[in-house]
Amino acid sequence: MLENALKGSKAYWIWVFVLLGIITFGFGFYLKQLDFGLGITGMSRDVTWGFYIAQFTFLVGVAASAVMLVIPYYLHNYKAFGKITIMGEFLAIASVIMCILFIVADLGQPMRLLNVLLYPTPHSMLFWDMIVLSGYLMINLVVGWNVLDAERNSVPPAKWLKPLIYLSVPWAISIHTVTAYLYCGLPGRGFWLTAILAPRFLASAFAAGPAFLVLLCLIVRNVTKFDPGREQIQSLAKVVVYGSIANMFFFLCEVFVAMYSQIPEHLDHLQYLFFGLHGHGILVPWMWTAMALIVSGIILLLIPAARRNESVLAVACVFTFVGIWIDKGMGMVAGGFIPNPLHEVHEYFPTFAEVMIAAAVYGTGFLVLTILYKVFVGVKMELTHK
Amino acid sequence: MENSRRSFLKFAGVSALGLGSLSLIDGLTSGDVAASSGQSSEATFKRSKKALTAKRWGMVIDTRKLDDEICKEMEKACRATHNIPEHKNKRHEIKWIWDAHYKHVFPGKQDEFLAERLKELPIPVLCNQCANPPCVQACPTQATFQREDGIVMMDFHRCIGCRFCMAACPYGSRSFNFRDPRGDNAIKNENKDFPTRMKGVVEKCNFCAERLAVGKQPICVEVSKGALVFGDLEDPQSEVRQLLKKNYAIRRKQNLGTNPSVYYLV
Repeated sequence: MLENALKGSKAYWIWVFVLLGIITFGFGFYLKQLDFGLGITGMSRDVTWGFYIAQFTFLVGVAASAVMLVIPYYLHNYKAFGKITIMGEFLAIASVIMCILFIVADLGQPMRLLNVLLYPTPHSMLFWDMIVLSGYLMINLVVGWNVLDAERNSVPPAKWLKPLIYLSVPWAISIHTVTAYLYCGLPGRGFWLTAILAPRFLASAFAAGPAFLVLLCLIVRNVTKFDPGREQIQSLAKVVVYGSIANMFFFLCEVFVAMYSQIPEHLDHLQYLFFGLHGHGILVPWMWTAMALIVSGIILLLIPAARRNESVLAVACVFTFVGIWIDKGMGMVAGGFIPNPLHEVHEYFPTFAEVMIAAAVYGTGFLVLTILYKVFVGVKMELTHK
Repeated sequence: MENSRRSFLKFAGVSALGLGSLSLIDGLTSGDVAASSGQSSEATFKRSKKALTAKRWGMVIDTRKLDDEICKEMEKACRATHNIPEHKNKRHEIKWIWDAHYKHVFPGKQDEFLAERLKELPIPVLCNQCANPPCVQACPTQATFQREDGIVMMDFHRCIGCRFCMAACPYGSRSFNFRDPRGDNAIKNENKDFPTRMKGVVEKCNFCAERLAVGKQPICVEVSKGALVFGDLEDPQSEVRQLLKKNYAIRRKQNLGTNPSVYYLV
């Protein structure tokens, strides 16, 4: 099937080489980081995780959201999603690969990565994160590839795939839950110390992931001869709006608890993010932009006439995706570190090098996604020509 | 309550027996006692006969005896003893012991009408050597671990630089080598008795484990002019216990259940 990725139009190859260019450019900065150390980033002894770990967290969500196609199709027999479930699984593969790359980019001693396996430590959440992420990658590779292969040969998927598909449902939930546990089990970080962190992670994931899938469906329809289908896109849009509303509800629960109890350890971080603290507020405009985007996304998606108009739908999905990306990818991680344990404000903003290294990771992810989608569309085309 | 985190560790350990057996094999094959307990032999200093030992090391800091000069002297001595680099960029800063004002040392105990003496007083902060350390729980490679005498140590050769321990520490006591500490003349006069580190690993105060091993008190205690007292918290006759018996002491964020081994007399 892979041969499909080797033949393509001029536009396809231009896109592939653009991605390769971004990867090469960013990789140059990674070599610099390997040489100098993580000091080329904006991180400090007070904000010890930044852009990389935030992207990792966001992308775990995108990966987990494949379950929003798997559940309706395999558990509720919602046939329409059968056409695009593999798109969700392939998106999950690309996302998990980016997650792993972001973790590696964030390590001070990446060549020692395998120490995590050499000295397995079950009481560290990072150990479990490694297990669930690699497991999820394998499940989606095996399931996605085999189901597509069966479809290509016009035979039903092998029986042994079924248990694996069912397993992928709780497994998807587990990857984002464990990711939340990285944060919410730490005693001194009031911003993250909340039981609703994992549910909120999942809700925002089930908004951002499907929103991105809607956009991918629209792109695939425009650049290939394969149409993911109007019904499919509309159903995904409903998933997006449910997820996005749940996310905002959880967020408001969070805000209420912090604001009403007025316990400084919980309140200070929110105050820093949305209003600034002790005269520092570099993230304030970002956070309000995120909120505005998420809320307008919800409004657009809630109005049936707007949702049914695919141009408006595309805008709403971009709003939702970007809004959640800012909230989770900029605010969530840095916000937990500011103010620091001594209640001092040391701000964080990513450096150019840091953003370029992140761009290289995203480039790699998009390259993987492009290849997988090329294979997927290629198989679909073969079938229509038969 | 006291040991809840530790018992959770045990529970998690048992529930992951299959995985735990991997480290058991590791211990058997290496034939090293330190390695079989999940610790690296590199990180434990050889003890001489003069070595100071304790069931649980602790420190009492008498803020009434502190002044700017003593605090600066302690920081300087610690830097020199442990080859702590001095970087110009604030973001790359490495600190083992430093001083801060009361409102930063005890952010949960902010008083509107705080005693005048305490407002501007420099108070030293360092690793609390918690009896129930969240950093040890978070570390995915056991590069940071707790010794039998309570000291929380770092294995600089095992650390992968994920900085999970820094997120877990509620006291901001840990530093990361964001750049090469050996370069740029960041270490002025290298102390050959203590290792320098490399870029990309975490470090922190070790209660001068290397000095205890040769019968010396921690360097900050030595230069503190009596403001810092060091000893065995489990020994009722020790000087630290005598001080705690006679004075009301506070600890940093003790509500978090980390059980710090550093006490402050205010």
